Formats: sequence, C-alpha cells, structure tokens
Amino acid sequence: MGYTITEKILLKHTKTKEVRPGEFLNVKIDLCLGNDITAPFAIEEFEKLGLKKVFDKKKVVLVPDHFAPAKDMKSANQCKILANFAKKYGVKNYFEVGRMGIEHALLPEMGLVLPGDLVIGADSHTCTYGALGAVSVGIGSTDLAAAFVTGECWLKTPESMKFIFFGKLNKWVGGKDLILHTIGDIGVDGALYKAMEFCGETIENLSMDDRLAMCNMAIEAGGKSGIIAPDQITLRYVKSIKNPSAGSGFYPAKSRAKRGERSRGIKNKPRRGMGKFYSSDKDAKYSAMKEYDAKKIEPLVAVPSLPSNVKPVKALKDVWIDQVVIGSCTNGRISDLRVAAKILRGKKIKSNIRLIVIPATQKIYLEAVREGLAKIFVEAGGVFSTPTCGPCLGGHMGILAEGEKAISTTNRNFIGRMGHPGSGVYLANPAIAAASAVKGKIAHPEEVI
Amino acid sequence: MPYKGRAHKFGDDINTDDIIAARYLNTTDRAELARHCMEHVDKNFIKKVKPGDIIVAGKNFGCGSSREHAPIAIKTSGVSCVIAASFARIFFRNSVNIGLPIVESTEPSKRIRKGDLVRVNTKLGIIRNLTRKESYRIEKYPTFMHRIINAGGLMNYLKKRIK
Repeated sequence: MGYTITEKILLKHTKTKEVRPGEFLNVKIDLCLGNDITAPFAIEEFEKLGLKKVFDKKKVVLVPDHFAPAKDMKSANQCKILANFAKKYGVKNYFEVGRMGIEHALLPEMGLVLPGDLVIGADSHTCTYGALGAVSVGIGSTDLAAAFVTGECWLKTPESMKFIFFGKLNKWVGGKDLILHTIGDIGVDGALYKAMEFCGETIENLSMDDRLAMCNMAIEAGGKSGIIAPDQITLRYVKSIKNPSAGSGFYPAKSRAKRGERSRGIKNKPRRGMGKFYSSDKDAKYSAMKEYDAKKIEPLVAVPSLPSNVKPVKALKDVWIDQVVIGSCTNGRISDLRVAAKILRGKKIKSNIRLIVIPATQKIYLEAVREGLAKIFVEAGGVFSTPTCGPCLGGHMGILAEGEKAISTTNRNFIGRMGHPGSGVYLANPAIAAASAVKGKIAHPEEVI
Repeated sequence: MPYKGRAHKFGDDINTDDIIAARYLNTTDRAELARHCMEHVDKNFIKKVKPGDIIVAGKNFGCGSSREHAPIAIKTSGVSCVIAASFARIFFRNSVNIGLPIVESTEPSKRIRKGDLVRVNTKLGIIRNLTRKESYRIEKYPTFMHRIINAGGLMNYLKKRIK
C-alpha cells in the first residue's frame, strides 16, 4: 500500500517503520512556533520544569503579532514574556516589532519552513505552510511547552482527503475562493482530524500566495493540515528566498543567517537547502475524494457566522458595510495588495466606509510602498497599517461596533469575531473587498473596474 | 474518577470565540479567563455553573483557534467534563494536555437534556443520566492518551519521563 505525502513526511519524522491513519506517533519536529497569545502559557509551563535550555535555539520561533504592537498594558506584558524568554534561552528566531510580521506570512518568507518539514505551531492557522509541501499542524500552548523541552510532539496520523481542482480559474477568482468553495461544500467539520490534500491542474498553476491562502483555511473545515505537493512553483518560491534581490534582505542577520555570513555579504541563506520534495504514491489511500471544476467557481463570500456559509458575491444584493479589512495570514501578501490596488487605483472609497489595509510583513509593507500601492490605498481614503493580526480576531486596529458589518479578507466570521457580538463579518478575496470599499456595499470587482 | 454534575447544553460548532473571545486573551490569569467563559453564547453561564457541572454539546465543539485559554476557561469555571458528538482536533488535544476530561460520543450528546444530573465514568466507559435513568456506553481513551490524562496532563507526563 502506498503512502500519501502527509504519511511520508510523518514517517520521516518518527522512529516507527510504518504509519497508518488513526495511529498515535511521537514525531521529531523541525520547527515550533508561538505568538503573544499562546506562547505565554507555554513559557509558564516550560519554566515550571526549571530546565536550563530549550531543545534547539534555532528551531523555536516566537512572533508577537496578535496584539502587537502592544495594544494595551496587558498585551505589552504578554509580548514582554516572549522577549524575555527569547533573551534568557537564546532563542534565535524571535521577531520584535519592526522586524515581525503576521507569523504565517513571515515564516515562509524567512525561509524558516521548507518542503518536507514537520512544523507545529501554537496557532490554528499553522496549517498554512502545507502550501510549501510541509506537514504543518496547529497545536496548543502545552504542546508547545513540551516541544520546547523535547523537540517532539504527539500526533495522530490523519486520514487524508483529496481535493482535485481542474480547469482554468475565472477572472477575480483566487486561492481564497477555491478554499471557500471547498469549505462551503464539506462544511466546517467536513475535514475534521484530516489532512486536506489539494491537487489537480488548477492547483499546479496556482501561485504560491494563493496556495498559502488555501492551506491557511484548511482549519476552517476542521482539517488537521492542508498540503500541496511541491513542484516547480514551490522550487521557484524557495529559491527566491535564497535570492537577496527578492527583497527580503533587511532583517537582522541573526534571524536568518550567522552574523559572519551577513558581513561577508551572503544574505538570506535558507537553513537547509531547498528542503525535501515529497509526493503521494499512486496507490495511496484517501478517506474521500472531491473533484471541483474551477470554471464553475465564481468570486465567493462567506456570510456570517460560519466560514461555510458561502454564497456567490453576485447573490448578495445591497449588503451595506461599514468597514473593509484587507490583510491577515490568509490574504495579506503582496499579490493580495496588488489586486486590491488595481481596483482602487485612482478611485475613492465610499465616504462612510473605513478601509484598513494591513500588509502581513515588513517586507510586504516595503514592497507595497515601493510599488506605490500604499499611496493608492491612502489616496483612496484608506489606512495602511503596520503588520498585525489586529482586527481579524477582534484584537485591535479596527474593532466593529454593535450592528456594524465588515467585509474582510481574513479567515473567520464567527459571532463577534471582529468586535461586538452584534457585528457581522463577511469573508472574501482582496478584489471583492476592494470593490466593496468603493461601492459601500458588497460588490463584484466587475462593478467598479 | 467519575465526574458528576448538571448538564449545560450547547449546539453544534461552538467555536473558541464563543468559549472565550479573543479580546480577553491578553492575560494568562485563569480566573479572569473563566469569568468570560461561554459569554458569546450564554451571557449568564458563569453565574449558573457549579463545580462539577458538565457541558454537553453537539458536533465540532471547540472549532476555530488553537487557544488553550478555551479549555482552561472551561476547567477553571468548575466544569468537570465536556461531552460532545465531536470535537475540533486542537481543542481535543489541548483538553487532554491540560487534563480536562472530554468525551466524544453521539448518543449522550443527543439524549442528555439541559439540567439533567449526569455521572461520567471514563474508566468504565459509561455515562449515567441520573435524571432520566439512562446509561450510555462510551469509548475508553486510547492507551497513549490515557497515560497523559492519568499523569494529570502532558507536562506532568513529561516530568516523569525526563526524570
């Protein structure tokens, strides 16, 4: 019996000779991640053990991104716990405000996750890195604390579900719409405990940013992970990180490469080459297979209060909104900002609307400034923010009042997700979000361009 | 150890924002987290809940974020056990890791009504509904998980291992 890509990567990280769905494994991890919400609990638990060091200083990543730049004193204390811990234990990959970004955009960009890796993160959207052909799963704070100690994690080998997309994407349709379509089809627990493997010609032609957006939302279908077999697009992406001209060269040397290397001018060297490219065997076993015709997928919106409440944007008439958010670990990457800017160029947003654009990392921020995108957003009447998860989880930087509605490129629209329990969030791709800002109501990009 | 208490009923897809909204996550103070437990779905939950009480929910309980604050808020509120038709996986493992007993089973999730007095025995694999005089069989934990729960959570389990 053949193995899926997920099973192969798990097998590579465990001592056992074979893996079967449903079995518990103790796996060695390549990287573990925590943020300003989840890491403080992990650090508290870790410190109770009184150990002198973490399992590997290079394999722990701490990113204060949720309530950072600190929104209040309590959040400042949480962020400080991370900074102090990083200092005390010599954690190499701690990213302070000014160098940080939204973790799931930052880590791939920094070359910290490579194809074939096994990554755990105390954040549910850790599944994002599956886009690189890594097994990447969300875990909790105690798991993270245990990983700090052992570099290991207990996991159940998941069954895999195969999602085959064929046909060419329609205009204004991206990875976000493909995943919303999938979640709309199978429901918010449709892939519970399962690895969601995305494949087919549509995926093979999909950009890395779109792949990251897709895998990011695997969790919204209950998935343990999302994964796409690495290919030429993956290779190009991984290579681009190695290439300083790609624009990611201004982080402090210690976070990427050894100081000596930087001073000698060798920047951005990935940790371990290009990673390892795995793919599923032809006779690998899947618990379910789904086929979707991309030509039939239109720009979509998930209406409150579940990501599975998916409707074509054209079906939503006169949904007036108060706020538009373009950003997050789902759609805060440069190609997302480019699409939004394309729609907003030379236009003004509706006068009663707030538009909040949040590039996911400092690199993306700078690219957006260089390309003139930031200017477009500001001239349109929007704000252009420093990277933060902020409004996505109702943290800060754009909280909704009672009765308000927002269209957002984020990933969750649960009750009160962005603020007051009586507010509502509509999830969509950046093109729809930008068009809606112009119209003042949820709109198809065609209506404004 | 059996867990006994009154049932608090919730529906399907209770997410982690329902259990504890993100705006309260800027602290690790357990008592403070518990004060906002289930606030989005039942404002008065924390006033009603008594030590030992049991949460009974539908499918996909705890979906959404990875925040361990969710099972911590539930445990600190006094709830002794959560029964649901199914759990979101990160919530499931977080509960195991912090030693909050959880039971995944459809029958009790459907049969138990609000206010029923319920006794859960995970060791024997049985739930008694003392109000309705019914019993439901439940699956025992897998050995691997039983070890963690018996140790009182993952860190205690780990402590024994590294000693």
